[in-house]
Amino acid sequence: MTTQSTQKYEPGTHPDLPPPFTASGPVKWVRENLFSSPANIIMTLLAAFALYKMVPGMFSWAFTDATFLAADRNECRALSSGACWAFIVQRWELFTYGFYPEAERWRVNLTFVLLLVVIVGLLWENCPGRKWIIRFSIIFPFLAFWLIMGGFGLQRVTTDQFGGFMLTLIIGIVGISLSLPIGICLALGRQSNLPIIKYACIGFIEFIRGVPLITLLFVASTMLSYFLPPGTNFNLLLRVLIMVTLFASAYMAEVIRGGLQAIPKGQTEAADAMGLKYWASMRLIVLPQALKISIPGIVNTFIGLYKDSTLVIIIGLLDPLGIGQASLADNKWQGLSTEVYLFVAIFFFISCFAMARYSLYLERKLDTGHRN
Amino acid sequence: MNTETQKVQHELGDVAIKIHEMHKWYGSFHVLKDINLEVQSGERIVVCGPSGSGKSTMIRCINRLEEHQKGDIIVDGTELTNDLKNIEAVRREVGMVFQHFNLFPHLTVMENCTLAPIWVRKTPKTEAEAIAMQYLERVKIPEQAHKFPGQLSGGQQQRVAIARSLCMNPKIMLFDEPTSALDPEMIKEVLDVMIELAREGMTMICVTHEMGFAKTVANRVIFMDAGQIIEQNEPNEFFNNPQNERTQLFLSQILQH
Ligand SMILES: Nc1ncnc2c1ncn2[C@@H]1O[C@H](COP(=O)(O)OP(=O)(O)OP(=O)(O)O)[C@@H](O)[C@H]1O
Ligand SMILES: [Mg+2]
Repeated sequence: MTTQSTQKYEPGTHPDLPPPFTASGPVKWVRENLFSSPANIIMTLLAAFALYKMVPGMFSWAFTDATFLAADRNECRALSSGACWAFIVQRWELFTYGFYPEAERWRVNLTFVLLLVVIVGLLWENCPGRKWIIRFSIIFPFLAFWLIMGGFGLQRVTTDQFGGFMLTLIIGIVGISLSLPIGICLALGRQSNLPIIKYACIGFIEFIRGVPLITLLFVASTMLSYFLPPGTNFNLLLRVLIMVTLFASAYMAEVIRGGLQAIPKGQTEAADAMGLKYWASMRLIVLPQALKISIPGIVNTFIGLYKDSTLVIIIGLLDPLGIGQASLADNKWQGLSTEVYLFVAIFFFISCFAMARYSLYLERKLDTGHRN
Repeated sequence: MNTETQKVQHELGDVAIKIHEMHKWYGSFHVLKDINLEVQSGERIVVCGPSGSGKSTMIRCINRLEEHQKGDIIVDGTELTNDLKNIEAVRREVGMVFQHFNLFPHLTVMENCTLAPIWVRKTPKTEAEAIAMQYLERVKIPEQAHKFPGQLSGGQQQRVAIARSLCMNPKIMLFDEPTSALDPEMIKEVLDVMIELAREGMTMICVTHEMGFAKTVANRVIFMDAGQIIEQNEPNEFFNNPQNERTQLFLSQILQH
């Protein structure tokens, strides 16, 4: 880039000028990032070679040589040498709905569409009709419960018929939307001046963190019935939801406590000095800042919770992984574990990656140029 | 004569703050010892003293950011006890400006200024914004209203902090070293705002080492050392004819530079 001759001005008369045009473009980027030094050149070439060796093979296995329609494994093998997606295609509904009655699946679909609307409305600030969506989001949980469980005019569906992605989403979304508020309360409680609240919170957090989730799930599936009065039939899915939520809440509480500690004492002092009450100062001053710095940790906990939902397989709930395992036992489709696990992995990756990207977007949006 | 160096003078009113035989401990450390202080409304008091002498602690007791353990503090007729109602009542009437501004970084300047009026005084938003704009104009930064504090200079931030306190329409203003975190060229812009405020008759207690400010504005200068009020006097007497030798030592040290 040639620089224009810079004009001279009398002192004090210099006008505001637009910033200089910085050179950019693909060639420059490549030179600066891929070929800037001998070591960099070697790395670039090695990486390119590795990609060249791996990508075409993977691509043809997954797409060009793959079979999408076949009656069983043998037919797949006869048709081509690549992946046998026919299995997934055939079991698609099982993977999605579990054993939810076929005639009622529209209810799940409808709930899912409404869920998407609510998520978009809540997370996207400029969404049209956001005000209405936010109001709707308050009744949505009840509506979703009714649609999925039935009753009041809809055919009842029992929770042991749930499975697949639907189950993962139920556990993930209930866990995520409850663990954040519970975690906030626990984190605030842990800092309370009232010893009873403080030690109750500490005890809870440390107990839950000190026990593996699987143990909690076993407790949920078996032991709770000993503690509860005889005759109470406490739904297994509900128990799992409670345990998963509590587990994530304990982690969430610690993540948020970290954020709370990072807020300078002057912030609460300024709020106090203005006459704001404790809850107002928490809600308006401290939490917005603490949650903002905790976003990476919060989303990390969300992602952990979401993936941990696969552990329910151990107590007999059939999430996508469970469905996959059960399906692999089918004689007609032996030896397809790569396809099944890859498929499930892609599902989880897409959801988790979306959460991670959203958290980055949020961090950037909330950045107000403040540096401590 | 330059208006800024003109002595600010006012009629004094009734007792705004009364501190009577007040003591405070941090654990077993006796920070404040037998503090007695009466401030008339409209009075402007400058507090000085060596670092660690308890100046901040004393003024922070006045709005109960710190709790005293013995003696009485009565602010605007309300005694500070453990009663939250009283504490909140006092805090509504007492504004405070901090050394490090303590603006809320996640809110715009305007939101910083309207927060307390809206949530504490229940002022309607538009009205609160109009009032805030008025005070931002008075501290000469109306054009920054929609920026975030992180985008302002230190002097501008401190002026926002002053405006933010004024938006609550306080009867008393406390300043804890409002200029000591600022670069020299920004000190003046903040002091000018404070002088202006003094001229309008605000009751003020300022912890500061700006002796020029003390001479211009204060009715009384208080010298503290080791948790006690050692000496107090009207500024001319205080600076020209200090009685206590600790005061003399302190003044000789700060007037050296
Ligand atoms: N939270 C606290 N716990 C224990 N000691 C404290 C605490 N805050 C202040 N102190 C001590 O109390 C004394 C008085 O502190 P204070 O902040 O009031 O001093 P200061 O006069 O404002 O000093 P400076 O000019 O440095 O601001 C100091 O010795 C300080 O170490
Ligand atoms: Mg101090």
